[in-house]
Formats: sequence, C-alpha cells, structure tokens
Amino acid sequence: MFSRAYKTAVAAPPLLWVSVFLLAPYLLMFCYSFWSVSSSRTIVHSWNLNNYEELLAKTVYWQTLLRSMWIAARVMLFSLLLGYPLAYFLSFYAGKRKDLLYQMVIVPLWVSYLVRAYAWKTILGSDGVLNTLLQYVHLTRHPLDFLLYSPFAVVLTLTHIYTPFTFLPIYAALEHVPRNLVEASHDLGATPVQTFWRVIFPLSIPGVVAGATFAFVLSLGDFLAPLLLGGPSGIMISNIVVSLFGAAYNWPLGAAISLGMLVIVVSLLFFSERLEKKWSFS
Amino acid sequence: MSEGATNLPRSRWLLVHAGAVFAFLYLPIAVLILYSFNGQGVGGFPPRNLTLDWYRILFADEPIWDAVLNSLQVAFAAMVIALALGVPAALALDRAQFPGKALFRRLVLLPLILPGIITGLSLLMLFNVTGTKLSLMTIVLGHGTALISVATTEVFAGLQKLDRRQEEASLDLGATYWQTFWRITVPNLKLSIIGAALLIFTLSMDEIAVSFFLIGRDNTLPLEIWGRLRRGITPEINAVSTIIFVFSLVTIVFWYRLRVRSEGGADVGMELLETSEGSAK
Repeated sequence: MFSRAYKTAVAAPPLLWVSVFLLAPYLLMFCYSFWSVSSSRTIVHSWNLNNYEELLAKTVYWQTLLRSMWIAARVMLFSLLLGYPLAYFLSFYAGKRKDLLYQMVIVPLWVSYLVRAYAWKTILGSDGVLNTLLQYVHLTRHPLDFLLYSPFAVVLTLTHIYTPFTFLPIYAALEHVPRNLVEASHDLGATPVQTFWRVIFPLSIPGVVAGATFAFVLSLGDFLAPLLLGGPSGIMISNIVVSLFGAAYNWPLGAAISLGMLVIVVSLLFFSERLEKKWSFS
Repeated sequence: MSEGATNLPRSRWLLVHAGAVFAFLYLPIAVLILYSFNGQGVGGFPPRNLTLDWYRILFADEPIWDAVLNSLQVAFAAMVIALALGVPAALALDRAQFPGKALFRRLVLLPLILPGIITGLSLLMLFNVTGTKLSLMTIVLGHGTALISVATTEVFAGLQKLDRRQEEASLDLGATYWQTFWRITVPNLKLSIIGAALLIFTLSMDEIAVSFFLIGRDNTLPLEIWGRLRRGITPEINAVSTIIFVFSLVTIVFWYRLRVRSEGGADVGMELLETSEGSAK
C-alpha cells in the first residue's frame, strides 16, 4: 500500500542521522582505543594495542571494574527485592487503587536523578538529617560516618533510582498474566504459594529479566552517584573514564575502557533478550 | 483480578512491604521539599525556623535562571529533533523493509538503555574530530539523538493500534501521501506524539550524563546544580528542585486528564512502560 518513494522518505532521514550521530561515534570510539597520546599531549593516530595491554596489565582497572559490577549486582538484587513484591501487590491485590498506586511509583522518576542523589547526600551526611535525628532521639551520641562516602551510599542511592525502572517491566509482565490461568490453578487445588511459583512467577520472568538488565546496566555505567556519595572507596569504572577524558588526558585509554563497557552492556542485552524470548509464552 | 485472592493473609505482608517501598521512594523527596523551607540550612533535625528566604534568594539568583532558560531551549530543540526523526523512524520500522533494518532498530533504541557516559563520550569524540566547538548546540544534538529512541517507541506503539483502513481510504480517494500523513496519520497518532514530546522534554530537562561531556560555556540547569554541589550544599538547590518537581507534577496531571478524556480511563504512564519494554526487547 505504501510506495517505494514513501518508504524511502520515511527511512532515509533517520537512517542518515543515526549513521552520523550514533554509528559513526561508536566506530570512532573503536578507532580511538587503538591510538595513543604523545608526551606533548596530542593524540597520535598510529594504530597499536598499547591501551589494551595496559588495561590487561594494571590490576586497578580490573579491581574497579569488579567493584562496579558488584555494586551494580547489589543494586539489581535490591531493586528486584523491592520492585517485584510491589508489582505483584499492585497487579493482584491493589484492586481499585491500582492506577493511583501505579502513578505513585512513577512520580519519583520526575524528580531529577541528580537532585535525588543530592537529597540522599543531605540525609546521610555526618551532620545530615539521619545522623541529627539519631542524636536527637538519643540513639547515638556521635554521628555515624560510614553512611556517606561509601559503596553503601552508592548502592542505596542507585537502588532508590532504579527500583521504579525495575518495577515497570515486572508490573507489565504481571498484568499480562492471564487471570483465568490463576483461577484454573486455584480450582485444581493448588495452594496460593504453588500458584505463585508454578504459574505466576514463570510468566513474569521476561519482566524480571528486563528490569534486572535495566538496573544492572544503568548502574554499572554510573559516575555521578559515586562522585557525589561514593568517596574514595566507592569509585566506579566510569569515574576512571571521566578522569581519563579530563585531567589525566588520555582519551585513547578512556576510549578503550568505554569500548569494554559497551561490549559488556551489549552482550548483557543480547543474553537478556535470549532469556526473555525463552521464557515468553505468548 | 482473581476474586477472593484479596482475603489471603499474604496480602497483609505485601501491603507492609509496599508501604515500606513507597516510604523509601518518597523519603528523599519529602526531605528535599521540607528542607527548602528550613532556616538553618540543609540537614539538622528537627527542621526549625521555617522560612521562604531560600526561595527569595533563588529568585534573585541570575545564573540559575540563565541555566533554566538554557535547559528549556535545549529541551525544546531536542524535542523537535527527536520527533522529526523518531516519527519517520517509527513509520519506517512499521512499514518499510530495507537492508540493515534490525541493526537500525537496535541502534535507535540503544541510547535508552546505554549508560549516558558512552553516548556522551562517543559524541564528544565525533565533535572533536570534526572540530565542532562545544556549546548548547552540541548538547541539543546529544539529547536529540539519544531521545529519538523515546519518540520511536512511543509512536511505534501508537502505530500498532492505528486503523490502517483510514489511510487506505484516503489514498484510494486520491489524496497524496503527504496529505494522508498530515490529515490521517498524524491526527491518529496525536496522543502518542504529545506523550513522546512531554517525555522527551522532561528527560532532556533532567539529563546530565550526556550533557556532562558536551558542555560548552553555558550551563544547563542540572550542570549548574552539579557545579554548586561540588562547592557545597545550599537549600537554594532544594528550592529550585521543589519548583521543578511541582511543574513536572502539574504536567503529568495535565497529561493524565488529556488521556482520560480522549481514551476513557487509559492506563496512565503506559507510555513510559511501553518505552521501557520496547528498549529491553
């Protein structure tokens, strides 16, 4: 029904734009990762593997990457532990208040990420809200200083930020669980626990995978929460990249790390897509 | 809903959990708003000497309002770019077959799930190699490109519900593609397009990870706030965040009304949901 001209007219502009502003920059990042920086701080366009050799040789990069993945894994786990029961409650038990409660999960997303991270900083600081509250009710005498500038603060803040993102796909999956299957399970004598684990949970796995991927991938690449709340022990891999593109001025090495992150992220997306397909019953 | 399920004792446990999660989600927002009125500054319990001073200081603070203005301009321009490319991209994904279509779909959606640092840095390298000076314009290009993903998923979802016969009838009756597009396709996609526009606008207003690398001389609001945070904490930031939060809230309520009126109780926030689903697929 649509002519060739129509199809070209709608496909060509976005294709061209995406090639220039998405594909080309990724390819450029790939190229940069094989270049180097001269002693006079200019980028030398000679192809070599020095950056990758340095990455493999220096343990600081591996340690930081592992720490970032560990932080991201905890954020993912906590977001699922908070998001899944919430989504389940809304989908199956909230009745008429469902829509309102759903909106209430979304609303925090409209407060900027930066501002929410900042708010946690004002809560967790040594003269912050929590510490002064604890002293006010005489639970502690001195401020607890492990709250801020620690991986704990980063995990807490990122969990706060990504719980709604994890909730959304899980809720969507639970809403798509055919209610007659649940009834059939009850009618055939299954206990509610059996119904949950044998019927509802398996059908919600695609949502769980999507939500978990969101939380893991987005926290893995975060650099603002660690800068704001992490302190020296909360440094993540993106912070190294930021400094390489800033004061340390080694774009090629930074590009190599970014490319590594890109590869990790894209392979995770690939695997989560496979998992979702495998568990999707529709 | 399965009837009778509401009486299970397990629902009480779930209710407590839900209450705790909501408390966790709203605690920082409550603290943020409360302390914007606190005379003693941020932190310190209990809050005392409630005052509007921080709002007074804020209204006299030129750099913040310059940054707000910059952010509004950037968000508007990014919205125009993202829609101008995202709508055709959705049409192409829905209707055209071309080599590399699968790759194209993935590329368009990637910035939605990719950490902002990668999008930001790869564009920084492009601007560096082409000798483009960093300015608000480079941020616009960054936001516009990253948010095509939002426009595409929203409009693509809208196209799935579109009644094809209307377009067929229009073409059969001799209208050109151009006329059909403006008189049939766009009016039918109105809600998806407005929803996408609002979402893109808000996401751009809040965006910091991409802007962080593409910033020139002029700050957007999040970057201005970031700069101040590095110097120290002031309740002015609470005040400006509170104002923006209230504005966003008004926007959602407005959007909610619009949707309910035209669709009779539509599932609100579905746009964001579809976006989150679309990107993960």
